[in-house]
Amino acid sequence: MKKYPITIKPFGERAILVEWPNQVEESILQDILGFTTAFEELGISGWELVPAYNSVTMIYNLATLDFDQIKQTVLDCYSKRNEVESQKERFLWKLPVCYDKEFGIDIEETAQKLELSVEQLIQEHTSFEYTVFGIGFLPGFMYLGGLPKTLELPRRDEPRLHVAKGSVGLAGKQTGIYPQDSPGGWNIIGNCPVSIFDASKEEPCFVSVGDKISFQAISRAEYDLHKIEGEVGIYKVEKIDLNA
Amino acid sequence: MLKVLKSGFFTTIQDLGRLGHRSIGVPISGAMDHSAVKKANLMLENNAGDAVLEITMTGPTLQFELSTFICLSGALMSPTLNNKPIDNYKVIPVKKGDILSYGRLEAGFRNYLAIKDGFQTPKMLGSASQYFPVTARKCIKDGLEIEYKGTESFEPILTELKTEEQFALESMNVYKGPEYGILSDSQLKKLFSQPFTVSKENNRMAYQLSEKIEGHSHSMLTSGTLPGTIQITPAGKLIILMKDGQTTGGYPRILQMSEASICNLAQKKFGDILSFKLIN
Repeated sequence: MKKYPITIKPFGERAILVEWPNQVEESILQDILGFTTAFEELGISGWELVPAYNSVTMIYNLATLDFDQIKQTVLDCYSKRNEVESQKERFLWKLPVCYDKEFGIDIEETAQKLELSVEQLIQEHTSFEYTVFGIGFLPGFMYLGGLPKTLELPRRDEPRLHVAKGSVGLAGKQTGIYPQDSPGGWNIIGNCPVSIFDASKEEPCFVSVGDKISFQAISRAEYDLHKIEGEVGIYKVEKIDLNA
Repeated sequence: MLKVLKSGFFTTIQDLGRLGHRSIGVPISGAMDHSAVKKANLMLENNAGDAVLEITMTGPTLQFELSTFICLSGALMSPTLNNKPIDNYKVIPVKKGDILSYGRLEAGFRNYLAIKDGFQTPKMLGSASQYFPVTARKCIKDGLEIEYKGTESFEPILTELKTEEQFALESMNVYKGPEYGILSDSQLKKLFSQPFTVSKENNRMAYQLSEKIEGHSHSMLTSGTLPGTIQITPAGKLIILMKDGQTTGGYPRILQMSEASICNLAQKKFGDILSFKLIN
C-alpha cells in the first residue's frame, strides 16, 4: 500500500489534526483507517479519533498535549505500522428504502429535473455502493461518496424546517439519510425504516467510517414490517464483510 | 426528588460531558462552564463530574422533597431560598419543602445548581448531560421530578469560596486553528484589533458573532471540529462552536479557543462584547 505525505497540526490544547492529501479518494480513506486502527492498537487510553475524508482529528480527553511529543508518536505509528495486521473491519450495509411518494416527497420533481423517470431514478440510486467518508453533523449522519453524475442535483432553493427521520435525500455530489427529524435542504426521494442511530443500543451506530452502503427498494408493506421489526429489535440489516 | 415548579428559560442536566462517541457524530455536551461546575462540586465534596443543573438566563423555581446540601456557582442570578437571598460558592443546607427560586440576571449567563452526591438521572452513553436524541428530553420541563439522594448531615471542609468572577473579561485566548493560514493580512488585522458582539444566535451548539470580516472562497473537505473551534463562513461570518456543537464541519477552522476562554464565553449573552488574543 502506498504511503502518503501527512501533515500534523496542533488543534487547541487537547487535540491535533492529521491531514492526508486534499482529495476524496477511497485509497486515502483506507490509509487513514489503517493508521487509526494501528494507533488504537497502541492502547493509549483517553484518545478519541474522528476520521473524515482526508483527515483525522485526534482528541486527548485526559490532559493538555505536548505537541512535539505526540507528533513524533503519530509519525512513528504511521511509518512503522504493519499494514496487513492493522486493517480495520469493514462492511457493506444493505439498507432498505421505500421510494413511495408519501416518503419521497420530492421524487417526482427530482426525477423530472434529472431527466429520468421515477423508475430510472430508483434503479440508478440502488445500483451503486456508497462509501462512508465521515460521520458527523448529527449523530449517525453519514457523508456518503460515490454518487453517479446522473443523480447530481443542487439542494432545494428553500430548506424545509422539518425533514422526517429516515428521509433519504440527494444534494450536490451527496446522498444520505437524515438520522433524526431535522431542518434540511436536500431533495427527499424516500425513507429508510432502519434507525442509523439509537442511543439506547449498546452500539448506537452500526455503521463506521470506511464502510459502504447500498440501498434496496422496498414496498410500503415491507417498510411497515421492517419498522415494527426495528422497534422490537428483531430486524437485522443485511451486511457483507468487505475484508473477507 | 427535586420538583420543578417552573422550568425557567432553558434548564438542563449536565455533567462534564459524553466522551468517546464523536466518531459517530455525538457531540460531547456537558456544562458550558466547566470551571464553575468543578468548583461547586468540589465544595460539596462530590466527584467533579457529578450531574448539576445548568440554568440559563432566567432561572427555575424548584422544591426540595428531601433534605440535602447545595452549592450554586456561575452567573449571578439573584437566587433565593424560601425568599431569602443566598450566595454562590457557599454550601447551603436545604430542608424538605424548601423552595429555591431565581430573580434578576445580574452578571454572566449560566448558573449551576450542584447538589450533594449529584443528580441521579440515568446516564446515556456514559453521561447524564441532556442532548436530544441521545437523551429523551432536551431540557427540563415544568412538573418534572429530578432524583437525588437525601443527606441529613454533612460537615464541609470548605463552607465558602472566594472567587474572582470574570464576567466582564472581554479578551478571549485563542490558538491558531488548522486553516489559520488562509487568512489575509486585512482579515487578521480585523480579527485581532476590533471588538465583536455576541449575536442573538447563541446557544449550547454555537455562538455567532454580529460583526462580519471579509469572506473567503476556500473550499475544504469536511473535517473534525471541537468546542471552541471558530469557523468562518464564505460570507465572513464567525461561528464559535460550543459543547453541543457538531463534531465535523466544512467551514475553515481559523482559531481555537483555550479551554478557560470557552468557560468565559459560556457566561456571555446577546450584546456582550469580546475580542481575540492570539496565544501560543
